[in-house]
Amino acid sequence: MYGKKVKLRILFLSFVLITIVLTIFLVLKSLEEDVVYFISPTEIKTLTELNPNKKIRVGGMVKEGSIQASTEKINFIITDFKNEINISFAGAIPNLFEEGKGVVAEGFLRDREFLNAKKILAKHDENYMPPEVKEAMEVK
Amino acid sequence: MLSSYLGYYSLILGFILSVWLLFDSFISLSKKNKNLKKNTILVLFLQLFTVVLSFLSLVYSFINSDFSNETVYNNSHTTKPLFYKISGTWGNHEGSLLLWLLVLTLFIFLFIFKSKNQPTKYKLLTLFFQQIIIIGFFLFLLLTSNPFNFLFPIPNEGLGLNPILQDPALAIHPPILYLGYVGSSIIFSASLAALVQKNINADWAQHIKKWIFTAWIFLTLGIMLGSIWAYYELGWGGFWFWDPVENVSLMPWLCLTALLHTIVVLEKRLILQSWTLILSIATFTLSMSGTFLVRSGILNSVHTFANDPSRGVFILIFLFVLIVLSLIIFFFYHPKESSEKKIFWFSKETTILINNWFMMYFLSVVLIGTTYPIFLEVITNEKISVGPPFYHKLLIPFLIPFLIFMAIGPKLKWIKQAFKKIKIQQFILFILSFLISYLIVEKTSVEHLFTTILIGAAFYLFFITIGEFFKKNINFSQNISHFGFSLFVLSVLFNSLFSSEFSANMKIGEELKFDNNLIKFNNIETFDEKNYKSIIANFDIISVKDTTTFNPEIRIYNQPNILTSEADIKSSFFSDKFLVINLLKGDKLFNVRYQNKSFMIWIWISVLLLVFGGLASFVKRYNR
Repeated sequence: MYGKKVKLRILFLSFVLITIVLTIFLVLKSLEEDVVYFISPTEIKTLTELNPNKKIRVGGMVKEGSIQASTEKINFIITDFKNEINISFAGAIPNLFEEGKGVVAEGFLRDREFLNAKKILAKHDENYMPPEVKEAMEVK
Repeated sequence: MLSSYLGYYSLILGFILSVWLLFDSFISLSKKNKNLKKNTILVLFLQLFTVVLSFLSLVYSFINSDFSNETVYNNSHTTKPLFYKISGTWGNHEGSLLLWLLVLTLFIFLFIFKSKNQPTKYKLLTLFFQQIIIIGFFLFLLLTSNPFNFLFPIPNEGLGLNPILQDPALAIHPPILYLGYVGSSIIFSASLAALVQKNINADWAQHIKKWIFTAWIFLTLGIMLGSIWAYYELGWGGFWFWDPVENVSLMPWLCLTALLHTIVVLEKRLILQSWTLILSIATFTLSMSGTFLVRSGILNSVHTFANDPSRGVFILIFLFVLIVLSLIIFFFYHPKESSEKKIFWFSKETTILINNWFMMYFLSVVLIGTTYPIFLEVITNEKISVGPPFYHKLLIPFLIPFLIFMAIGPKLKWIKQAFKKIKIQQFILFILSFLISYLIVEKTSVEHLFTTILIGAAFYLFFITIGEFFKKNINFSQNISHFGFSLFVLSVLFNSLFSSEFSANMKIGEELKFDNNLIKFNNIETFDEKNYKSIIANFDIISVKDTTTFNPEIRIYNQPNILTSEADIKSSFFSDKFLVINLLKGDKLFNVRYQNKSFMIWIWISVLLLVFGGLASFVKRYNR
């Protein structure tokens, strides 16, 4: 039917095709598992289901007067000026972590009111504002 | 004032010269007896001269704090030290683009100068393609990002440079990185030229190889400098965060590294012509896309100087034009691979090709991880971030075969390798590597099997390359780079396996116990420096063996009003001790983070070895 050369080529091409399909599948599956969603405090209130094992990022402003620190922990409140969420965090904070400044906390939700943060991010620019805060402020 | 005029008009002159060069090379190409006229070379030199002049006048404005210039006003300050006034020239959008342009013109001038023995048509074509890129950047600068805009009335004081950018490593990071990034432009132009001229042969490969190595060396160094800076300045103690801005420099690097290997195959075996061309085009396209992503303000980072959509649109259109142009040229002229030359599955070229595909896989993962959040936000308005777990999960397992192919590939013969030639020693080395790896991993708490195999594969490459050093007639440059890479993988793995950290919020005078150590916060002192207020703390970390004193610092800059932490790092042969503090609620309570980072220094040394391997390839060539 087909020559040996053609057969080899078909074999090679199908091998390449299978590899590509497998790769895409692998990448997409990992994306699904490891993507971290940005959520505002208001969106948390309206979430239909809470998954305590899924890492999320909450962005907003550190509420004035809300930072409380002990030796191990830092507690504070993130607000988008409509809703608030309590954050508990143990670890190193970035340079521009201040009351009244923008912040992003990454971690796991305990309930609709409380997030256990694993990481705190603030940008290295005094004018920086997390996009969701900007949006929330513009709406206001 | 004057220097701004000088800079601006020499830019315009440079632009006119570029257009002239474009037409001139086109006319010369359409003539029957093609020759590179003396005039053309003179104009090429003048073009470089105008851009250098323009760049120097901007530097001059920065040094003299000439605030009638908008770029200087936005990014400088009179109290800034001279060194950072100068580096401030390229620490902003306009200035860094002028630097791009400078490197673009510098490379084409050097290229024409160094390619005396190449065919005239090839040189003219390269000149033609490079001028298209140069004109694009001239237009970009003049239309959307003029570095010489005037301000009136003239402000008395500038806005200052973001203090985290005021750093020696970061001052030289952009120029070095650009030499690599923009250096790929000449590879792009020369590849298209060779394609049109149907000149893709061993001679061409040998000639372009030098340029590929040059771009690769600078790109590697540039990425390393950025990484070192992030390590000590950003305060996290990490060296790679899979931040989109880092990823966009990694992507052209992967592409260029693949190209570096295929060009050798092309030189020796005259196969993979099309693939080499695709890689050349892709490397420059990725460099350009990186510029687009960073400069357009789509990615939020310290690199995003301004959020100006018109700039993003310009680069996007320009990028589109370049890609379409190169694709059209590729489809019209692409070389017919001679089907007579078969690749035997067990040979040096096969292993290079396999690892090429692995690098393309790594590239796709990084590309998807970097761009997926952007697409998702545009389409569904959902905001996501793709973190390190994604990359680690998808990249690390494939490092195992990658490392093994890296180890055995160079030992194989070109064309065809006989099986019997494989020696028993290599097999013993293989077993030994995994045994050592097992003994190391056993002591840790991580998952044993996978980590053992991974570290074993890295050790295998490590031992094989060490063994090679003792042989005669080895490819020294290749071997030292592969050795450097094995050392790099080992140090990164050990760094993540054995590092430890401790963080707490402490008052002055407080003592805390952690693991088997005691941390003592002794006192703080404040100093007034030229452009910042400094708070220097004094800590002792007392372990069973010794006491180490740390003096981490917090700087409060006056203009712009920004706070930075300067970590105190004690580097030693086996580990870095890293202590950084931060203000928490005034200056009563301090946020303290102490890290013991294993084999940190070896990460930088191994990258330097990689670079050294690249440099060695030049020495070898000259000795011949």
